[in-house]
Amino acid sequence: MLGRLTFDAIPLYSWVAMGGAAVTVGGGLAVFLLITYLRAWKVLWTDWLTSVDHKKIGIMYVVLALVMLARGFVDALMMRAQQAIALNNDGYLPAEHFEQIFSSHGTIMIFFVAMPFLTGLINIIVPQQIGARDVAFPFLNSVSLFLTAAGAGLVLISLVIGKFSTAGWTGYPPYSGIDYNPGVGVDYWLWALIVSGVGSTMTGINFIVTIVKNRCPGMTYMRMPLFTWTALCISVLIAFAFPALTVVAAQLVLDRTLGFHFFTNGDGGNMMMFANLLWIWGHPEVYILILPAFGIFSEVVATFSRKRLFGYKSLVYATACIAILSFTVWLHHFFTMGSSANVNAVFGIATMIIAVPTGVKIFDWMFTMYRGRIEFHPSMVFTIGFMVTFVIGGVTGVLLALPPADYLMHNSTFLVAHFHNMLIPGALFGYFAGLNYWFPKAFGFKLDAKWGIRSFWFWIVGFYLAFMPLYVLGFMGMSRRMEHYADPTWQPYLIVAALGAVCILCGIICIAVQLYVSARNWGSARDTTGDPWNGRTLEWATSSPPAPYNFAILPEVRDLDAFHDMKIKGTAYQAPTSYEDIVMPKSSGLGPVLGALGFALGFAMVWYIWWLAALCLVLALVCIGIRACDDDTEYVIPASEVAAIENVRLAQITPADMHDMRDFLPRGAASGAALPGRA
Amino acid sequence: MTDMSTTADVLEHEEAKSLEAREFGFWVYLMTDAVIFALLFASYVVLSNNSAAGPTSKDLFDLGHTAGETALLLLSSLTFGFATIAMSAGQAGRVVQWLIVSMVLGLGFLAMELIEFHGMIAAGAGPGTSGFLSAFFTLVGTHGLHVTFGAIGICVMIGQVLVKGLTLPVRSRLIRLGLFWHFLDIVWIGIFSVVYLPGVM
Repeated sequence: MLGRLTFDAIPLYSWVAMGGAAVTVGGGLAVFLLITYLRAWKVLWTDWLTSVDHKKIGIMYVVLALVMLARGFVDALMMRAQQAIALNNDGYLPAEHFEQIFSSHGTIMIFFVAMPFLTGLINIIVPQQIGARDVAFPFLNSVSLFLTAAGAGLVLISLVIGKFSTAGWTGYPPYSGIDYNPGVGVDYWLWALIVSGVGSTMTGINFIVTIVKNRCPGMTYMRMPLFTWTALCISVLIAFAFPALTVVAAQLVLDRTLGFHFFTNGDGGNMMMFANLLWIWGHPEVYILILPAFGIFSEVVATFSRKRLFGYKSLVYATACIAILSFTVWLHHFFTMGSSANVNAVFGIATMIIAVPTGVKIFDWMFTMYRGRIEFHPSMVFTIGFMVTFVIGGVTGVLLALPPADYLMHNSTFLVAHFHNMLIPGALFGYFAGLNYWFPKAFGFKLDAKWGIRSFWFWIVGFYLAFMPLYVLGFMGMSRRMEHYADPTWQPYLIVAALGAVCILCGIICIAVQLYVSARNWGSARDTTGDPWNGRTLEWATSSPPAPYNFAILPEVRDLDAFHDMKIKGTAYQAPTSYEDIVMPKSSGLGPVLGALGFALGFAMVWYIWWLAALCLVLALVCIGIRACDDDTEYVIPASEVAAIENVRLAQITPADMHDMRDFLPRGAASGAALPGRA
Repeated sequence: MTDMSTTADVLEHEEAKSLEAREFGFWVYLMTDAVIFALLFASYVVLSNNSAAGPTSKDLFDLGHTAGETALLLLSSLTFGFATIAMSAGQAGRVVQWLIVSMVLGLGFLAMELIEFHGMIAAGAGPGTSGFLSAFFTLVGTHGLHVTFGAIGICVMIGQVLVKGLTLPVRSRLIRLGLFWHFLDIVWIGIFSVVYLPGVM
């Protein structure tokens, strides 16, 4: 009846694991009680969970990412603490528990922090940047969100019922095979990936169609804001890379559950095929995480330097180049597999070539700042911190791209330092910049800048403290994922790294305080114009938070910096002569239902509860069938209602709220005279 | 400010626009599916000689049987094409007839495939026997699973044509289902040329 699920699944094997389970259950219970206490269940269901509004879905994605960031970071803190003390002793974590922690840390940070964070920001902003009223497939968007949440739920519940994978976030066979890992851990990992991966694939399809089909008049490809360009590129990457993850995970499931021989030691399996298939997804994934952050940096650096983005075209081409090249380098993750020298050389050179477009981008951002009037808003500070730090990570990456050097560094903490050096500044700092930059757009008030700056300093100092020692330790020969060690010369470095983790903890606390303080003072930080930073792109033309339809009248774009251009020409904030009816998608409860079914399906497959899995599949098919027969998925907001909403908004905006655009008028250039250095 | 007729007009206009987006989106979806099949093909090619002292493709494949499957599937694609032509001509009855024929042919294909699978498993050549057979059953089975979903889709669309007639959304869904059905033919031709033909040579 319950497959292999018994009371033994309760984690009584270590007090730390029990503590984790208690915190998870307690946290869930606290949220449940809080919502009940606030009598917010109905609002939560009708206004949020069933909503297909891209802005609300985006916000829910970001909330999911922040919650999972806390969980993933606790894992990191525990690892650093363990390694700081485990010289010639077992530390405080049993080996098997330590293995679960590094596996869940990687899985959570990639799939349930970075992916939902960037998907959330893209959801909130991209439709507004291209002058659209919604994404192409709003309902599909909701399904994607809840499948991602279902995957996150599977990782969370593995802490309470059963164990998580001990095979690392990449889960290489044969160790992740059923012979060496007979428990449920690897199955939790696999089903979390499959369920959320399907959601991500649909997000990719959704945004390809949205950006290709839903752009407003005048928004040509070469007038799309850079963030939209990166969103388009990563949507293509998602659509082409994530199926590989689905395939490789499904094959490992077949190996583990039905005794297939894709990756087994004997019987004709080929375990290196797993590494190949995984990284055919995995390397594009790195750029799926980083490119949107590059888009955010591009927006932020132009806005807060008060200049048009330098080298827009080269940034677009560089982004597209990186997207294409990302499919040609997967083998550099396993040079030590033993391919011939020529194969390794080809992949090594391809890897180094990626550094070229990336370098182009760094120069473009620097030239954007050059002679700009830079404003040190938290998002800009994160951008500058990224540029400095990311270059170091890039250089170590080029070093690792040399196969002979890679043979020495492979699986050492040098590698751990390298990819954290790419992903923390290259992805996470970008998302934090985006959070600070676009928060007023989503909620209608600004985030507190002081706490934003504080969080930045803690993050960057913590980052250097935590990861520079790991570079050194890699050179000293320390392998990654060590539960304890015997070399006393390593310990000082590991203690410094642990202090760095504590510093980053302060950075995370600062973000929490920043959110709290900003929410408390929201009245004084209201954004009445919808354009708090004197922005340049179309998302600042809507109100903050935007009306459900974003744009009452679809804008006409005449320039790369569309909204900047409108403000210069004085066409912004003008009431049109008349409004029209607007068609919007209806809310649907099927999104959360499909998410719940995805979760139950994954859980049932993990524990071999076949009847439940079959039931979930049938019910999911029924849901899809119901949706496929539904012709009534849209409703009309009448023009009179649109006019009422817009009139209230325009009446609130006084000239005092608007930005002085006279500074931006062209001077001298019209008469042909050179501009004498204006600081 | 608005009367009912203009509201209906606005809805209809938006509907046409969103159906166009859906068709494009469906093409993109088919590309993602093509990637899945491409990787399953690659896995098969890598593992096709790893029969681990078990039966090899020469022992197992019967081209006559496969030719029958191929004929059924390709014919069903043809009859689906007739359904699409009938749809363009606005003949709902004809559409339903051809859809039923397509579905029966598709189910015939599935039946033949299941017979083949059953025979192999009974002969001790199940997917757990060797890497080669794991890859074979996964690739061909995934295609079969797609045909199954396609057949379910045809059932749903027969119902929709009967209940709703050939409305704009129904036509759009039929066209997309047709894309899916023809796509499975292309994949099958790949399976025939990569799995069965080299397997008996």
